[in-house]
Amino acid sequence: MTDLTKLTLAGARDKLRSGDVSSVELTETFLAAIDKADALNAFAHKTPKLALERAKAADVRIKQGDAPDMCGLPIGIKDLFCTKGVPSQAASRILEGFKPEYESTVSQKLEDAGAVMLGKLNMDEFAMGSSNETSVYGNAVNPWRRGNDDAQLTPGGSSGGSASAVAADLCLAATGTDTGGSIRQPAAFTGITGIKPTYGRCSRWGVVAFASSLDQAGPMTKDVRDAAIMLETMCGHDAKDSTSVDLAVPNFEAMLTGDIRGKKIGIPAEYRMDGMPAEIENLWADGTAMLKAAGAEIVDISLPHTKYALPAYYVIAPAEASSNLARYDGVRYGHRATLGAGDGITEMYEKTRAEGFGHEVQRRVMVGTYVLSAGFYDAYYNRARRVRTLIKQDFENVFAQGIDAILTPATPSAAFGLGEMTDADPIQMYLNDVFTVTVNLAGLPGISVPTGLDSQGLPLGLQLIGRPWEEGDLLNTAYALEQAAGFVAKPAQWW
Amino acid sequence: MSIDESTAAKVAKLARIKVEEDALPALAQEFNAVLGFIEQLNEVDVEGVEPMVSVTPMRLKRREDVVNDGDQQDKVLSNAPDAREGFFTVPKVVD
Repeated sequence: MTDLTKLTLAGARDKLRSGDVSSVELTETFLAAIDKADALNAFAHKTPKLALERAKAADVRIKQGDAPDMCGLPIGIKDLFCTKGVPSQAASRILEGFKPEYESTVSQKLEDAGAVMLGKLNMDEFAMGSSNETSVYGNAVNPWRRGNDDAQLTPGGSSGGSASAVAADLCLAATGTDTGGSIRQPAAFTGITGIKPTYGRCSRWGVVAFASSLDQAGPMTKDVRDAAIMLETMCGHDAKDSTSVDLAVPNFEAMLTGDIRGKKIGIPAEYRMDGMPAEIENLWADGTAMLKAAGAEIVDISLPHTKYALPAYYVIAPAEASSNLARYDGVRYGHRATLGAGDGITEMYEKTRAEGFGHEVQRRVMVGTYVLSAGFYDAYYNRARRVRTLIKQDFENVFAQGIDAILTPATPSAAFGLGEMTDADPIQMYLNDVFTVTVNLAGLPGISVPTGLDSQGLPLGLQLIGRPWEEGDLLNTAYALEQAAGFVAKPAQWW
Repeated sequence: MSIDESTAAKVAKLARIKVEEDALPALAQEFNAVLGFIEQLNEVDVEGVEPMVSVTPMRLKRREDVVNDGDQQDKVLSNAPDAREGFFTVPKVVD
């Protein structure tokens, strides 16, 4: 008897179709695995009853032969997605008790395809963080450990619960969202695959907004094939999101040939950072060699404004967050502070937001408020938007030279210990996104693929960046890298 | 550009987040760390560069200007911390 939790989406899909297993059996197996894994704190809200109802319905569809790829497959949904009648808190106290009356477009598409939601996944509050330590639910924990050391490590963030759950086989796959690296960094920290599609591929409707010009949803999966399968279900035009693109969605899975002969892969000089650990540098060199051996042409390229991506991001993202989070005022949903005698509406706002938002969220909302305030708007916000134009032009220039994809490290280090960065300057935490944030600013697709282990036995990932709207080609290059790297390591179960 | 406590207090007020007096020095220090990081942008020559408006060169779709939703007062109010008689309820706004 194979361990059902170890299956991929593709493997489970085939077993469901051949009748080897039912969605109900599969779902029950995962629900049991989730209940044994509370130590990982990956699931913030479990939905076993709903899951079994959907599994039963999926089994009927499969029997009738009306089964899309995702039908009957148990997955987790990041808490940032609004799910009808199920708590959707963005891991914030300010949305305590909030049960949406509607379903996000992405989770609706998955539901329509017959996917089975097992529950809502832990994350950084409002997706602001790189370690899942800003969550009102407490830290999500990485199933990986440094050798025999039992120190708890971060699964990364903001999609930390999604990463932990997929890596620990608590679900076949999960949704994530990525504003500056929140899919790709946690994927790299946990040895899984995560793709952020081109801005506009996935509808943002019903996804709690952080920075609207940067936010994109995407799948977090056990391998590249699964990412292709799940992404296809998640994307597509949606009239309810005016930035969602009206382009046909290709069959991404069918594009996975593994043939990348003649593809031009760019290696950007500016990603070779001072003080980069030798292990990351070697991982990158190995990945470059693998793509070359697979027949790709390796080209040295320059993305001259890379250095300014993080500072531009830390103007633009907080600015948009300060506007988006203005809606949390204690009036329409979520938490409202208890008011004192004589408190008016301003005190209600101020107390509610002080109690409801955690420290990092407060800081970013206030930084955003400052950079948008009269007298500073031009100096900070408009300057950052100009720099963003230059960052996008950097990529356009190399694509115009015929580059098909760009290979970079996914993260500057392996997963670090929970609490290790507590006393560090906030900038130190922000540096986690140094290789991923450019991709959000330029609106491009990016994928993180696990390709090796560090000396302590922790997974490391490489990032591939593709041309806009060419996720299919990007996934195929990632597939070739995955096959060459042959990463199969799994964390030893301790939970 | 350095942020002092009174500026920090002003920003907190604009953001409608209550910050206790004794928390202001630490907050001002954090702002300065973040703003110091952001200041690097001053090194970039942005002369003649347009600020980005949309990351994808697309015209936003238009839709017919018609009512296509509504009539669901119960649902709109279902998550309100305080709703009475079909309205959101807040402390007195007008004297």
